Amino acid sequence: MHLQLTKQQEIIRQMTADFSAREVRPIAAEIDNTETFPMQTVEKLFKIGVMGMNLPREYGGAGADEIAYAIAVEELSRACAATGGIVAAHNSLCCWPIWKYGTEEQKNKYLPKLTSATIGAFGLTEPNAGTDASAQQTVARRQGDSYVLNGSKVFITNAGVAGIFVIFAMTDKSLGTKGISAFIVEKGMPGFSLGKKEEKMGIRASSTCELIFRDCAIPRGNLLGKEGEGFKIAMSALDGGRVGIGAQALGIAQGAFDEAVAYTKQRVQFGKPISYFQNTRFKLADMETNIQAARWLVYGAAFKRQTGKPHSKEAAMAKLFASETAMEVTTRALQLHGGYGYIRDYPMERMMRDAKITEIYEGTSEVQRMVISADILK
Amino acid sequence: MRIIVCVKQVPDTNEVKIDPETGTMIRAGVPSILNPDDKNALEQALLLKDEAGAHVTVLTMGPPQAAETLKECLAMGADDAVLLSDRAFAGSDTWATSNALAAAVRKLGGFDLILTGRQAIDGDTAQVGPQLAERLDIAQITYAQSLEIDADTVRCQRLLEDGYEIVETKTPALITAIKELNRPRYMSIRGIYDAFGENANIKVWGVADLGIDASQVGLKASPTSVNRSFSPPPKPKGKKMLDGTVDEMAGALAAELKRLHVI
Amino acid sequence: MTGDSRTYKDVWVFAEQRGGRLMRVTFELLGKGGELAKSRGSRLCAVLLGKDIGGLSQELFAYGADAVYLADNTLLAQYTTDAYTSVISDLILAYKPEIVLYGATHIGRDLAARVAARIDTGLTADCTGLEIDTDTGLLMQTRPAFGGNLMATIVCRNHRPQMSTVRPGVMDKPARNDRKTGAVIMAEVCLTPDKLRTRVVETVKSDTPPVGLGEAKVIVSGGRGLDGSQGFELLNRLAGKLGGVVGASRAAVDSGWIGKGHQVGQTGTTVRPLVYMACGISGAIQHIVGMQCAGTIIAINKDPEAPIFKVADYGIVGDLYQVIPALIDSCDSAETLLKTRK
Repeated sequence: MHLQLTKQQEIIRQMTADFSAREVRPIAAEIDNTETFPMQTVEKLFKIGVMGMNLPREYGGAGADEIAYAIAVEELSRACAATGGIVAAHNSLCCWPIWKYGTEEQKNKYLPKLTSATIGAFGLTEPNAGTDASAQQTVARRQGDSYVLNGSKVFITNAGVAGIFVIFAMTDKSLGTKGISAFIVEKGMPGFSLGKKEEKMGIRASSTCELIFRDCAIPRGNLLGKEGEGFKIAMSALDGGRVGIGAQALGIAQGAFDEAVAYTKQRVQFGKPISYFQNTRFKLADMETNIQAARWLVYGAAFKRQTGKPHSKEAAMAKLFASETAMEVTTRALQLHGGYGYIRDYPMERMMRDAKITEIYEGTSEVQRMVISADILK
Repeated sequence: MRIIVCVKQVPDTNEVKIDPETGTMIRAGVPSILNPDDKNALEQALLLKDEAGAHVTVLTMGPPQAAETLKECLAMGADDAVLLSDRAFAGSDTWATSNALAAAVRKLGGFDLILTGRQAIDGDTAQVGPQLAERLDIAQITYAQSLEIDADTVRCQRLLEDGYEIVETKTPALITAIKELNRPRYMSIRGIYDAFGENANIKVWGVADLGIDASQVGLKASPTSVNRSFSPPPKPKGKKMLDGTVDEMAGALAAELKRLHVI
Repeated sequence: MTGDSRTYKDVWVFAEQRGGRLMRVTFELLGKGGELAKSRGSRLCAVLLGKDIGGLSQELFAYGADAVYLADNTLLAQYTTDAYTSVISDLILAYKPEIVLYGATHIGRDLAARVAARIDTGLTADCTGLEIDTDTGLLMQTRPAFGGNLMATIVCRNHRPQMSTVRPGVMDKPARNDRKTGAVIMAEVCLTPDKLRTRVVETVKSDTPPVGLGEAKVIVSGGRGLDGSQGFELLNRLAGKLGGVVGASRAAVDSGWIGKGHQVGQTGTTVRPLVYMACGISGAIQHIVGMQCAGTIIAINKDPEAPIFKVADYGIVGDLYQVIPALIDSCDSAETLLKTRK
């Protein structure tokens, strides 16, 4: 048993924490307030190689390991969950499936873009296919050298800013989940447009939109994997995605905890800093314990993923526990701030709003429990 | 173009604590960092490398763990690094340090530019840069807040207390950087994997490698030495409410401001 | 240089001038240098380099110099490292002073380090205290290190001269005595243009460099107690006197009296100046967290119960519209006193 980060992982934590403190934290409140996508920050993240960091060097990546990736998302999310989420969606849900299932031609065409300048997105969820992702209504019809897509996707992270999308659609309804296929779609392909931009409770700086496909013809060469492999691709991408969201939730919890510790040492009531009172101390102890537990679950899932062994259950547990920890820690940390926690001068209310999404996207907590229990009872 | 960047590993002085009994620094738990001005010097070298291509070598003198700082420089984009590490160097003041650095620069062969920070945050002397330039008999421009190169002409804005001057010189030259010069980049993920991996490109040289006499470096060779160190006199404890008439209170406050050299 | 230290005598001060005007630190060095020369029973000399600056000698005598080494040459019209290093090194080698002091300015620090390397002696940077050890006769050079967390006393035992750069604004400027005179010793200048490897193309003066809150040495902040934007005009005047900048509490910013860029505190900038003056600021926690690391905190508030007094080093309970004008007057008279004291 070797429970220690590698030197590289430690330095990546230092570097991303430094980046987060200097580039992300100062604008976090403002981009939340104004719902502004942090394009300049993302450009810097491309420059330092966080975008697409896990991809091999031949495609412009850094060949980084999964734990290093989790650490990067955690540190960014500690200051701004929206920024962490942008990175997680790009890396786990767009870069990874193209690398894992793409042909050499597809990889050479798309991955260098995804490591240098182009943001990626992933389109699975539909108005009537959320938790039941198999109920896909978007259809892809084979027509000569093309597939023609019709339908729509909702709640798509990075949608408004992405240039490359991994999209799922039914190629054969009669086959159920086995009839779902994955496609690489580029921004600007005829018949592909953006719909409504969502106004969200949290992670307001990330771009979440509807995608609309109206007789959108895609070259046959943009089929990702084989016909009918789409559901498998989606589920395996979501395993990685859940490690990413677990890391995001972990970062939110840690960020809120840091604020709570600093505040309770400063805030004086009844003549003493409130950190003196047992109520505060026990709350902080519980928060820290849960955060550490979440951290080991997230890094453990990342480690398992790195080894290449099946890790759906570990990813689901990491995401479930970390997201519920984020929700609980932000709620308690806000309570420790009293009235100041409720106003926008302090980051607590933003962190609490941000924490909520981690219990919902890339599979709700209920979906995670389904995955975990299915694995137990298989 | 060949650029040598001289850097120093320093304790993060924001985190330094002093033992009030002994008047010495408590080093335990104080993180070591790349000296901030040196980071600006490295960034300038990397900008020149990005623009026109250059080979950037980072040079430092320090204990073996100073290699960590060199790795940070490599992860930012430097090509190779040299660590001068030898017990014989210990206790060197700026005069002795510049002897060792000059010998290392000569051993490295030719260069067009030497870039370094104006001063290190632990010693705050700002002396090693000029003294290295003197040892190498080259021109120096200190306090550079901008730097342009056109063929063999270097042009800098040199910051003064009341403005700046534009100074020109020819390569080879030594330039010292201040934080206004640029905004240092971060290490890249890829750079971190390479620099902190097994085969980091760092050479370690001792006195024997430099071909200089041990009497030129270290504590014994240093003209200056620390006689004693102590904590600065503590800030007067507790608040003092001023009283009297408005003029009396204002006068007392002005006297205090004068004591603090604010007026 | 090493050798018999007894052959070295006198205290020298580098008389830094820019554009024909002596820098204030030169007078401060003459003040301290005079004390050192007295303890050593030697003379205080100034070293003055430039072009057509001989007239400044009298000013140097008036502030205590017994002699002035004067180098007047076209190639010294502007400061360049090479020219000044060459002339001063030659003078030191020829006349062997025991102590040489330079102002720790951007010129003094550029020059002194290079001179020390050329003549192979020690140099102590940015000193804030200088005295002669009565037993050894050595110059005890005290300076802050590690960002001011530690003070160190440095000695230069076996090399001469003992050289220091001295932080401006720390030593007292001595009284002026216009009746005092001294000897002018003309220095031989053997410079040729090709020896000057740098060329000053242009000198650009800036009135007051724009200082951000984060770097300001002095911050004068206003809050709700200002009762309006006119209060910041008053604070601006005071900040100008103190060489500082104006800060504000969130209440003042939210009231639209001053721009958001001035805000100190949780949602503004965290500051650590030498002196922080909180005027009409009650001291809400989100303000305190942004300024409590200041060196000295001064609070002016009408309300004696205001929490700001809990973190203040000096407190004045009173109307800032009375106290601050009185303080500005006191600053003025302190300045005049300094100028006219004989």
